[in-house]
Amino acid sequence: MTELLGWVPLFPFLGFLTLVLAGGRLFKPLIAWIGIGSVGISALLVCLIGVDFLNGTVPFYRLLLGSWIAMDDLSAPFGFYLDALSMTMLFVVAGVGFLIHVYSAGFMESDPGYARFFAYMNLFVSAMLVLVLADNLVLLYLGWEGVGLGSYLLIGFWYEDPNNGYAARKAFVMTRIGDTAMALGLFLLFTQLHTFDIQSLMRLATGQWAPGTLLPVASAALLLGGAVGKSAQLPLQTWLPDAMAGPTPVSALIHAATMVTAGVYLIARTHDLFLLAPAVQFAVAVIGTITLLIAGCAALAQTDIKRILAYSTISQIGYMFLALGVGAWSAAIFHLLTHAFFKALLFLAAGAVIYCFHHEHNIFKMGGLRKAMPLTFWSFIIGGAALSALPFTSGFYSKHEILLEAYAASPGLWAAGCLGALITGIYSFRLIFVVFFGTQSRTIEKGLGLSMSVPLLLLAILALFGGVLQIPLDSVFPVNPASSDALTLVSVITIAAPFFGLLIAVLFYLTHTFSSQRFANYGWARPVRKLFLSGWGFDALYDGLLVQPFTSIARLNKNDIVDRLYLALAWLGRELHRMISAAQTGRVRWYASSLVLGTVAVIALGLLS
Amino acid sequence: MILPALIIVLCLGGFAAWFVERRSPGDARLIALIALIIEAALLLWQYSGTGTVDILSSGMSPAWLADFNRPWIPRFGIGFHLAADGVSLLLIALTVLLGFMAVSSSWTEIKDRQGFFYFNLLTCLAGTVGVFLAVDLFLFFFFWELMIIPMYFLISIWGHENRTYAAIKFVIFTQVSSLLMLLAIVVLVLINHNRTGSFTFDYFNLQNAGIDSDAAFWLMLGFFIAFTVKLPAVPFHTWLPDAHTQAPTGGSVILAGVMLKTGAYGLFRFVIPLFPEASRQFAPIAMTLGVVSVLYAAIMAYAQTDLKRLIAYTSVSHMGFILLGIFSWNIFAMQGAVITMLAHGISAGALFMIAGSLQERLHTREMGRMGGLWSTLPRLSAFALFFAMASLGLPGLGNFIGEFLVLLGAFKVNILLTSAAALVLVLSPVYSLIIIQKAFHGPLQSQSFPADFNRRELTSLGLLVLVTAWLGLFPQGVLNVSAAGCKQIIQDQVAVAYP
Repeated sequence: MTELLGWVPLFPFLGFLTLVLAGGRLFKPLIAWIGIGSVGISALLVCLIGVDFLNGTVPFYRLLLGSWIAMDDLSAPFGFYLDALSMTMLFVVAGVGFLIHVYSAGFMESDPGYARFFAYMNLFVSAMLVLVLADNLVLLYLGWEGVGLGSYLLIGFWYEDPNNGYAARKAFVMTRIGDTAMALGLFLLFTQLHTFDIQSLMRLATGQWAPGTLLPVASAALLLGGAVGKSAQLPLQTWLPDAMAGPTPVSALIHAATMVTAGVYLIARTHDLFLLAPAVQFAVAVIGTITLLIAGCAALAQTDIKRILAYSTISQIGYMFLALGVGAWSAAIFHLLTHAFFKALLFLAAGAVIYCFHHEHNIFKMGGLRKAMPLTFWSFIIGGAALSALPFTSGFYSKHEILLEAYAASPGLWAAGCLGALITGIYSFRLIFVVFFGTQSRTIEKGLGLSMSVPLLLLAILALFGGVLQIPLDSVFPVNPASSDALTLVSVITIAAPFFGLLIAVLFYLTHTFSSQRFANYGWARPVRKLFLSGWGFDALYDGLLVQPFTSIARLNKNDIVDRLYLALAWLGRELHRMISAAQTGRVRWYASSLVLGTVAVIALGLLS
Repeated sequence: MILPALIIVLCLGGFAAWFVERRSPGDARLIALIALIIEAALLLWQYSGTGTVDILSSGMSPAWLADFNRPWIPRFGIGFHLAADGVSLLLIALTVLLGFMAVSSSWTEIKDRQGFFYFNLLTCLAGTVGVFLAVDLFLFFFFWELMIIPMYFLISIWGHENRTYAAIKFVIFTQVSSLLMLLAIVVLVLINHNRTGSFTFDYFNLQNAGIDSDAAFWLMLGFFIAFTVKLPAVPFHTWLPDAHTQAPTGGSVILAGVMLKTGAYGLFRFVIPLFPEASRQFAPIAMTLGVVSVLYAAIMAYAQTDLKRLIAYTSVSHMGFILLGIFSWNIFAMQGAVITMLAHGISAGALFMIAGSLQERLHTREMGRMGGLWSTLPRLSAFALFFAMASLGLPGLGNFIGEFLVLLGAFKVNILLTSAAALVLVLSPVYSLIIIQKAFHGPLQSQSFPADFNRRELTSLGLLVLVTAWLGLFPQGVLNVSAAGCKQIIQDQVAVAYP
């Protein structure tokens, strides 16, 4: 079956082409069939290939589809590389992607841009599949930019509102900052090692470069730049909360399950390079830790249901970065997998709430939905439990693994991770208690159709039991030597942390033993809450430091200062012309005197020289 | 015989179009179309190799595919000498393709003096093809002028509100700079005459003129300035936004798509091979100029509110890549520059066509007065989105291949300059996406409901979409065609600069 790998990204792309070329003329069910069907076929192929691959004995499989760019020693073919890592990513992208497509058929039903929506979604899935399958960095970059395009198009899907357009452009430009670093990393790797093939690069780098020297450190740092941008980590995280302007299935697919984890995938894929650059690898851990804390804090203060989830996504990817930084490669990918399940579930459930509430996003205007929307409620309970890593959910296994390995690397990082887990517990259950408990403020008229409830159900099952789906990654990653002996006390604290968070959430938002309102109005808590709400003021900082100066300088120079120079020349020419033509007066007296003066001057010149 | 035919067909077509105007002005565009079809057939014939009846002069490197040499003014060693390598053929193919596009976009836009319009269009194209083929410096200069004069008429007769100013500015800039080139040509020939005792304007004879390095530097500078004004690079670029904005759509397409490439081609064909040593010394400055153009024009583009002006500045930015690539002295950057020439010609041409059709429909180029067009003009908007993506260098489309190869090649030579140039990867979405935002997204501004693209416009732009995607996904064919020509330039120059 593995030879069918080439068709996996091709089907969604064909779906995209069909919908773009004929979408306006097709009738709705057919659009849905094409849009969902193309991803469905890919998902089916992935399952068949997966069964084949996992039962087989070969650790990797290569497929060369054709040549793309080749000259001199440069070769970047359309080549795919399948190993346990890309297999895991395929399951996430095609599997979760398919469920979200099915859900979208219901969610977007009354939208006039139905065909456009599925076209963009298919384009995105296709690019994402190329990204995870690419065997060389240039093809990976193609997928990388392709998903950026999909993200841009889908964030700005409802284009009538300029705010959505702004959010879309912000996402594209900010990730492009990271991509620029990544492109330079590609150039550096190629200039030094003369290949773009990822496996050869890793082999050559390990063979030729001493650990900790300039070249591996520089190239790993540049790749990290790309990963930070795409995965919305510090300091390029500010685009993700705004990206929630897109339709909710988009947030579930792109900004939770797949594209934002591309950075994690990139680092895992090039982990040999990061092993050669211990300083950069440590930076990955530190970036992840700081990000998971500040994003968690920001999530505490949000009132928009999607922004809470967005900040929680940033925070959870922070955990993945932490794992990568401490060398817990498998744990990072495992968390990527489980996160895709439970965060997609949470987003889709949030979408169901928003759908039934006529696009209301403020959680404090909801309340008491427990009875009215039981399926959504239970989805949220399961998703929230997995997000906060309560035992026996999928998120528990992956996060627990990460924290224990972090402890082995550095107790400080572990402590921060546990604090993050506590915060996760608070904000997850704050959301659930506020939305689903208390008094019901509005009645719900719309019900969820089958196409929306079935994906919720399946994802809920995956979020609960997805922990058993871990594909062994030993063939890809080196085994982390320092991960085995976990102290029992450490284990207990790791497990207990989210429960403390849950307890705090219960006291504040369920039983109202303490008033969150009064707490937030304390002298010191007010500015802190404001800071958290603004996402630590990064937007204002960048706006004042970069965006405003750039736009004002650009506007100031709209008429091009260089052109002034030429205009001045032209002015000079005209003035000279005016002066000389002014001499032509037509008066004989004037001509005669200038003739005499000129003659005297010439004679004087002759005598004096 | 195909090479001169490529020029003659266009000239004859131009005269025929002019001649037919008196009887039925509407037929002029048909004649232009027929002339271009014949031209395309000739080019295909030449490319397929069946047309290579011309025997290469002895000693010519096999990188040259065809050669045509007749004496013209023997007294001064001036010959009617044409030769084509892969790069010239590709650029002529681009010229023909965009010639079709110019005719297509003028089809309904030009109602006034149609015959004379198509005469100017076709002679301008003939001059351009001549520039891409001439390997006699005198002949080259002749064609260089031949392409400028008709363009002056195109802008000053059929242009928009401020056309006289723009046309005069265009002519002054190009004439002053080509005067420098003429001076450099004459001095080069005289120096060669003093050394060898015979006059020759022939490119191949002058390549080994053996001039001393001081003189070579100044002569190189004369050529360099002439070509960078045409390219254009900062600080010689300010004629371009005016000329582009005021030209009729067909003129803008030719100007941006083809005529700017003559500057790039001049650098590639003459500056480096004639003065390898001087150019190598000058390379850091040229590359810096390229990077400054890339960044400065990108920032300028962002600030514009006139759609055509914005696109004009993006052209300057992309041309900076070519300057950077050509002076990076390696095969990646050189090939990247060639691909950029082709891809930018198509994407900028397409964007100007879109801007032109918007102006035809809405009677404005101000993006502030567009807004929300996606809901009324979905097809046009989708094409605009595609070419905006192409111009921001999305992988999978032609421009990416060019920019990627240029940056990759330049990185080998100068990491600092390349890193600075790479900043444009952030700036290009800033200016490209602002087009989409201001013109096509947002709330609907105008109350009129113009018609979406018709079949003619769909076909033309659809063709350009296909070519852009083909260049982006299957660039190998083009890379193979241009490889020998590029290698030749680099190897010749390396041999001389490092004896």
